[in-house]
Amino acid sequence: MTITESGLIGKSVPRTEVIDKVTGCAVFVDDIQFGPNLLHSRLVRSPYAHALIKKIDTRKALELPGVRAVVTGKDLSALMGLYLIDRPIFASDRVRYYGEPVAGVVATSEDIAEKATRLIEVDYEVLPAIYDPVEAAQPDAPILHPDLGKYTVANFIFPQPGTNISEHFKIRKGDVDSVWEKCTAISEGSFRLPPIEHVPIETHTSVALSERSGQVTLWASSQSPFAMRDMIAQGLGISHNKLRVIAPLVGGGFGGKAGVTMEACAVVMAQAVEGHPVKLRLTREEEFVGTSVRQSLVSNFKVGCDGDGKLLAMELTYYFGGGAYNDYGVNIARAAGYSCTGPYDVPHVKADSLCVYTNHPVGSAMRGFGMPEIHWGLEQIIDRLAEEVKIDPVEFRRINCVRTDDEIVSGMKMTPIDLESCIDKAAKAIKWGEKEPPSAPNKKRGKGIAIMWKAPAMPPNPGSAALIRFNEDATINVEVGGQEIGQGAFTVAAQIAADVLGIPYDHVTVSSPLDTKYSPYEWQTVASRLTWSMGNAVKAAAEDARTQILETVAAHWDESPEDLTIKDGLVISYKSEREQPLEKMVVYGLPNDNFEGWKGGPVVGRGHFMPTYVTALDPETGQGTRAVVHYTVGAQAVDLEVDLDTGHLEVLNIASVYDVGRAINPDLIMTQIEGGAVHGMSSAYEAIKFNPAGEVLNPSFVDYRIATIADIPRKIHGDYVETPIDDGPWGARGVGEHVMVQTAPAIANALYDAVGIRFSDLPLSADKIYLALEGKQDQSD
Amino acid sequence: MTDHKISLIINGVEEQLTVPSQMTLLHALREKLGYTGTKNGCEAGECGACTVLVEGEPTNACLVLAVELDTKTITTIEGLAGDGNLTPLQQAFVDLNSIQCGYCTPGMLMATTALLKRNPQPTQEDIQAALVGNLCRCTGYQRIIDAVQQAAGGGGAK
Repeated sequence: MTITESGLIGKSVPRTEVIDKVTGCAVFVDDIQFGPNLLHSRLVRSPYAHALIKKIDTRKALELPGVRAVVTGKDLSALMGLYLIDRPIFASDRVRYYGEPVAGVVATSEDIAEKATRLIEVDYEVLPAIYDPVEAAQPDAPILHPDLGKYTVANFIFPQPGTNISEHFKIRKGDVDSVWEKCTAISEGSFRLPPIEHVPIETHTSVALSERSGQVTLWASSQSPFAMRDMIAQGLGISHNKLRVIAPLVGGGFGGKAGVTMEACAVVMAQAVEGHPVKLRLTREEEFVGTSVRQSLVSNFKVGCDGDGKLLAMELTYYFGGGAYNDYGVNIARAAGYSCTGPYDVPHVKADSLCVYTNHPVGSAMRGFGMPEIHWGLEQIIDRLAEEVKIDPVEFRRINCVRTDDEIVSGMKMTPIDLESCIDKAAKAIKWGEKEPPSAPNKKRGKGIAIMWKAPAMPPNPGSAALIRFNEDATINVEVGGQEIGQGAFTVAAQIAADVLGIPYDHVTVSSPLDTKYSPYEWQTVASRLTWSMGNAVKAAAEDARTQILETVAAHWDESPEDLTIKDGLVISYKSEREQPLEKMVVYGLPNDNFEGWKGGPVVGRGHFMPTYVTALDPETGQGTRAVVHYTVGAQAVDLEVDLDTGHLEVLNIASVYDVGRAINPDLIMTQIEGGAVHGMSSAYEAIKFNPAGEVLNPSFVDYRIATIADIPRKIHGDYVETPIDDGPWGARGVGEHVMVQTAPAIANALYDAVGIRFSDLPLSADKIYLALEGKQDQSD
Repeated sequence: MTDHKISLIINGVEEQLTVPSQMTLLHALREKLGYTGTKNGCEAGECGACTVLVEGEPTNACLVLAVELDTKTITTIEGLAGDGNLTPLQQAFVDLNSIQCGYCTPGMLMATTALLKRNPQPTQEDIQAALVGNLCRCTGYQRIIDAVQQAAGGGGAK
């Protein structure tokens, strides 16, 4: 079928919801009014990182006036999870991290609920806690989940019962042991990074209502209302049609509002006070203490190349600190495993990627999904190896970077990309190779580069569905289940629908809030997958609607649909040059001659997309035909200065270039590139700090600093190249997460260029840099 | 806890309300009056999402008690486009895509509205100094700076 483009693909149209966002009309969960029936709730959280719960006494709390209910995990045996069903809603017999919910209070006000939480007495028997993923992976470590062997698990995840290892992904490709002696240079190193938080400005908020009929409604700030419904329904034994999740706009997600955080707690509390909506809004402190985190990682590398700089072998071990529950984290370790080499062509690879239970907060999805963690060490070890063989870091990457059709580490053939162009553009933008003077005598200046790849990390078959409903005036409502979390997903959906249907962009409304009762299915708003997967579904729905319209008009004119198209809201015939406005006919149809009956009827387009071509990987070798749908690649080059008196870093320029396949909305891509560069820079300085008892020491914006407006790079040079993929709309793929993956190692490489010191551990705090400058000693292992 | 009857002039309209002593302006606006455009991000004066204008001055609504503001004039995000047209600053945020998730946007707009009133031609550094208490996790901030400069008539377009 020929699709006529009305020219919206590749246009930077304004965001669909932007007027609401500048006028205060944009609705987030906490803005929904529930009236006087609303009750409030607070959670009791564990003060220990690892302990047995001996007894919970709720009597005093229940006696406090205004308290309506207290719930605990006592009568809730079911567990929740996405890939590994290991997480209780409220801890019942054991707590595994500081801040884990053990009870909830429902009251007439937040203040009363808060007071009541302090009246709940919990007796704990403290157990030894373990935080380091390498120690936790040892056979003699205290076991956090004695029931690991009994948990339900996805068929591509391989936990090791009797240990703390919840996933062990292996790559055995070629024969590394026989290759080391052929290497001219070998570089080895160990790198670490701490857990960090997502820090959306909107804290997690939900409201739950349970009714006598068994109907449960949950309003939640959620990136994935369908996955949330699935997990909670499964955990609480509610049928899917009786659990309705309503998800309005999300005030920042970054992965932290994927899956389930505390929303199931709200549902359980609502079930205790039938007929009353119950609000659970996390405080900023709880957002830092009680939500999921980006996992910690200890990574060990041995990497070798020949005299021409060609990579020959990599031996890698990744220990992800998965935290207390690994229902999501196991798939991060898996993704890090099948992408373990980074964007390099390496013939011999031995890799072990493990997710390990620790007594830290729950590790889960965060922008990049394992890739920022592994690229932190990888992109520094590559720089070291390049230095060993005296090849410029940019040139070294150009020699070794992955190219279209290469057989990559998992055995799959690389999907179309042009990483070389990204490298060249990024290097050029910071005048790579030119030594430039610092701005003051007490400063040193340096340049660094880092490259990346990332595939959407998902089960093999995550689906998207879309519906398009025509209104009488030929405007449309696009129904999707993918969420607008700031990335512009609704805008791209509207562009695609309008383009295919030949109608103006402003004739499209994308329905919000998402509502599992009405919205078509979407797996999750994660993995940078919406432009690609939901985009395909919207395109299919628009094509379906278009076909219905053309068939009706063709029959009316006694012509063939192939000779017709739609432009500017008119069906036109190339053959007869007749015209038919879409108005009215898209709902009322068209009359036959002399009104002897009618044709057509209300047009509803239906479309879906699901990748059907991802294959299993061999559990012993990690090899298979197609591990993932595709990869997005990119390069970042950093020019920075270090103040030798303070250790303070100032980023002068970040050049950030990605291959997006096809830019559906170029300016939205640039907003991701710019915001991602600052998020990436900020992530290099961030760390959740714990005391030896596992307590979070910096749960506020003052103590956990995210980049402010005063910290931004002097310049961000964003750019992209377009190498279309086969399975995306117009060749497009995602770029929302990729834009921060390699920022931290690009900064570390530039820092090395400036001062000659390597830093193996994040965060790159000014005090650490200053002390290293004082001692002028290498900080790497 | 005592209840107090107060009146506030909000976006030009006098509102009578009863508030308990400890209720902040943020909660009074959102829960007593339904002005939910003002966002709750930390309740500690650290993120700026709840910035409103009190007698024209940018103020963290989470840090002041409503009862202290009896008879005061308050402007919220809902009051910016009061005549039905976006202000030049709102329009610049739209034009330059200075918004992603939009949760910090009301606070950003209120803080920069106040900035432009006291400094009609702010430099990049002026804007950074004025917004250091307004956190945004999405945009990387530069487009917010550019929007303020565009609204000031100083260009700033990328």
